Amino acid sequence: MKDFYFIAIVVIIFIVIFQIARASEYVSILKGEAKSRKQNNKINGFLLISFLILGLIGAWYCNELYYGKTLFPQGSASVEGEKIDLMLYITIAVTGVVFVITQVLLFWFTFKYQEQEGKKAFYFPHNNKLELLWTTVPAIFLTILIVFGLKFWFKVTSDAPKDAVLVEITGHQFAWDMRYPGKDGKLGKKSYKLYNQPSGNTLAVDFEDPESWDDLHTTDMHLPVGKPVKLVINAMDVIHDVGLSHFRMKMDAVPGIPTTLWFTPKYTTEEMKKRTGNPNFVYEISCDQMCGKGHFSMRGVIIVESEEDYNKWLASQKPEYFTLFPDKNPIKEQTTDSSTAKPLAQAAAIN
Amino acid sequence: MSTVTLESATHHQGHGDAHHEHQHHETFITKYVFSQDHKTIAKQFLVTGIIWAIIGGLFSVIFRLQLGNPESTYPWLEDLLGHWAKGGKLQPEFYYALVTMHGTILVFFVLTAGLSGTFANFLIPLQIGARDMASPMLNMLSYWFFFLASVIMMASLFVQTGPASGGWTIYPPLSALGDASMGSKIGMDLWLISMAMFIVSSLLGGLNYITTILNMRTKGMSMTRMPLTIWALFFTAVLGVLSFPVLLSGAILLLFDRNLGTSFYLSDIVVAGKILPNEGGSAILFQHLFWFLGHPEVYIILLPAMGMSSEILSVNSRKPIFGYMAMVASLFAITILAFLVWAHHMFVTGLNPFLGSVFVLLTLLIAVPSAIKVFNWLTTLWKANIRFTPAMLFAIGFVSLFISGGLTGIFLGNSALDIHLHDTYFVIAHFHIVMGVASFFGMFAGVYHWYPKMFGRYLNNTLAYIHFWVTIIGAYLIFWPMHYEGLAGMPRRYYDFSNWESFKMFGGLNEFISVVALIVFAVQILFVINFFYSIWKGRKVKDQNPWNANTLEWTTPIRPGHGNWPGNIPEVHRWPYDYSKDGKDFIPQDVPVGADESKH
Repeated sequence: MKDFYFIAIVVIIFIVIFQIARASEYVSILKGEAKSRKQNNKINGFLLISFLILGLIGAWYCNELYYGKTLFPQGSASVEGEKIDLMLYITIAVTGVVFVITQVLLFWFTFKYQEQEGKKAFYFPHNNKLELLWTTVPAIFLTILIVFGLKFWFKVTSDAPKDAVLVEITGHQFAWDMRYPGKDGKLGKKSYKLYNQPSGNTLAVDFEDPESWDDLHTTDMHLPVGKPVKLVINAMDVIHDVGLSHFRMKMDAVPGIPTTLWFTPKYTTEEMKKRTGNPNFVYEISCDQMCGKGHFSMRGVIIVESEEDYNKWLASQKPEYFTLFPDKNPIKEQTTDSSTAKPLAQAAAIN
Repeated sequence: MSTVTLESATHHQGHGDAHHEHQHHETFITKYVFSQDHKTIAKQFLVTGIIWAIIGGLFSVIFRLQLGNPESTYPWLEDLLGHWAKGGKLQPEFYYALVTMHGTILVFFVLTAGLSGTFANFLIPLQIGARDMASPMLNMLSYWFFFLASVIMMASLFVQTGPASGGWTIYPPLSALGDASMGSKIGMDLWLISMAMFIVSSLLGGLNYITTILNMRTKGMSMTRMPLTIWALFFTAVLGVLSFPVLLSGAILLLFDRNLGTSFYLSDIVVAGKILPNEGGSAILFQHLFWFLGHPEVYIILLPAMGMSSEILSVNSRKPIFGYMAMVASLFAITILAFLVWAHHMFVTGLNPFLGSVFVLLTLLIAVPSAIKVFNWLTTLWKANIRFTPAMLFAIGFVSLFISGGLTGIFLGNSALDIHLHDTYFVIAHFHIVMGVASFFGMFAGVYHWYPKMFGRYLNNTLAYIHFWVTIIGAYLIFWPMHYEGLAGMPRRYYDFSNWESFKMFGGLNEFISVVALIVFAVQILFVINFFYSIWKGRKVKDQNPWNANTLEWTTPIRPGHGNWPGNIPEVHRWPYDYSKDGKDFIPQDVPVGADESKH
């Protein structure tokens, strides 16, 4: 019933507007078309200049409301992201000036030069000096933006430092999985055909490769603060994207083509809780490339902590190899859970 | 055959020869359905485009309901959509289908076919002084291929597994694997087939436009005397003819991957627990093929709007367009650069950073011709004597939106910044303003300006003013705040943000945007009512040249028949922008140059 009333009201409003509009046509014929056109011109000229003024106020008000909710007041959470923030500020400054000048001129001209009786427009078809002016000035400003932009771009996309913490992140519909290389600092080989759901080898790791034996498989990503981290990014099924908005980083995860990115976290999660004043703050990994029906729920979590806590966490994790093949574990006493051991033993037999 | 008479009449007769009025009998079918008259075909494109625009707009309203109130349920939605809105709540899969179809419909069916299909067909022969297109038959086929594409796309909305739902960019592997998404089953095949038909339509149209413009200009209509609309439509056609085939090949390869087991785009995939045999393909290859069309496509949408706005700004300012040659040169520069920037959509795909830097340079270069255009428009308005017809208001709105949306392109084209902004609401705000709403404004300007020529009647002015003001205010209210959401990293194409600590604070804003979107949509319906009502009941045009414009279309009768001019085609003696020259308000193109006239 509520819907019905709503629709009825909308229809009535439509009819009223429509009838008023029709009546106005007759009125304009009665008044004389020239006169009503003049009146319309005045009204619209006034509305255009009002639109400019209210629009600029609105833009300022919108900034007051929402700037605090963007990530910029809290600053970049990565060292490299600071450059991207700086680039943003430079671009806002340049484009902001152009925006205000051109919009003000546009609406001011339309208001000022609205039709007046007996006035003639100024015949001004071209002027090469002016054209040259607004070819060169934008070109100069763009050169500045390009130079800064590329400088930062090459810095951010350069090779990761040799001592970077290596983490592999793999996207699949609709979650993220992490893999740490363990003590040898090397990730074991992968081959997608080794994927085996029942055995638990969901990352398709080649466990024949001894480098895989100490690798850790986790769902959350833990990172030490202040150390560069290199992500190796994979996808199992469709294209995903590792979106790290707090760190100003982003990279697609493409099946068959591993990608990388690196950054240096500046603040621990605890520090960010204080900086943002949000006790629930958490670094989130968002999937930024449409990947299917669960795209919007493909959330990962990064915990940035002190190096000490990070090492403690690393030590508490058990290599995936030993979870999947408990019998291979040199330290037998850790595998007491018989319920998981049984299917895993079968899987080992298959392998 | 009517074509034969027409062509011989158009081609070589021209001036001095007695033109025989087109005399054959026309039935309802040949006049309104399988018509070869470019004006009727233009109207067919326009009406089909309007129908698609309503559907595409309605889709956006429905998914905005979900974004605005993710917790609410709407029982009527279940009546409308069945199991896609179980319990009155839109299902994520159908949400993505709506997003996909909204993009596809608006980009291709409305702003490509509906915009350049309408105005290229309508204006090219009228403004260059030709009796019809070079090939009226191909022209007719162009519409009917578009119609066929429309029928197939429409049919895909009703298949059991739903229409395509991988985004309008249909990136594989998501779009290639039925197991990855419901929308990638039969709906995706229909999407690809429909687009193939659409591309055929656009190629037939484009070849025709180019041929007509190059070969069939009336006597005296040199290239540099063509109105800017024609220049813009010419470059649009060139862009379309050179880039659409690449999408066609990309789509065909995708069809092969989907149905014939090839591996152009597929490699190393495990989907839904199944290990696929495909190896050696590249998912990124598709993106290169797609954006090689996809980027020129945004100029295919934008250039006609630029051309029409230039024309309308000049007519209603009573001033020549400032810097005609610079305007043409900047259109040309944009056309060339449009082919060289596609990878700026792919900065975060793992593209080689050096390659990325080349694309940054070329992308930001486009800002130079764009800036030239903006400053020329502004100078056109300087010291003018402006009449605010509805068309003029929309043209002014176009310039405003083009500035706003163009400037945010400088953010996104710079790869370092794009890392943060890529695939966020910032991108949505950018392209909706600069390509979506701005082009719509160009299209509305064109409809209001040339409606009297199309139907011999005027649209209702009061409704037009309401339409303009609500639309421009609404467009800014919808898209301006989205920049802030984007700066906060809020990703595109999310069904629900409420579980995200980083994004959920924008819930209130999303609700506000949805309400404004609903109002703006309602006002578009008002425009549609005005459009159809005025065809039959609008105020009649009594003046052959109601806007006192210089271009040739206003030298035809109020309701021109097939062949456009009952007598000879007028000869052209000057450029189309002699407004307020030598104390005369306007001097149409077919008026000979006087002995005492000053040069421009």
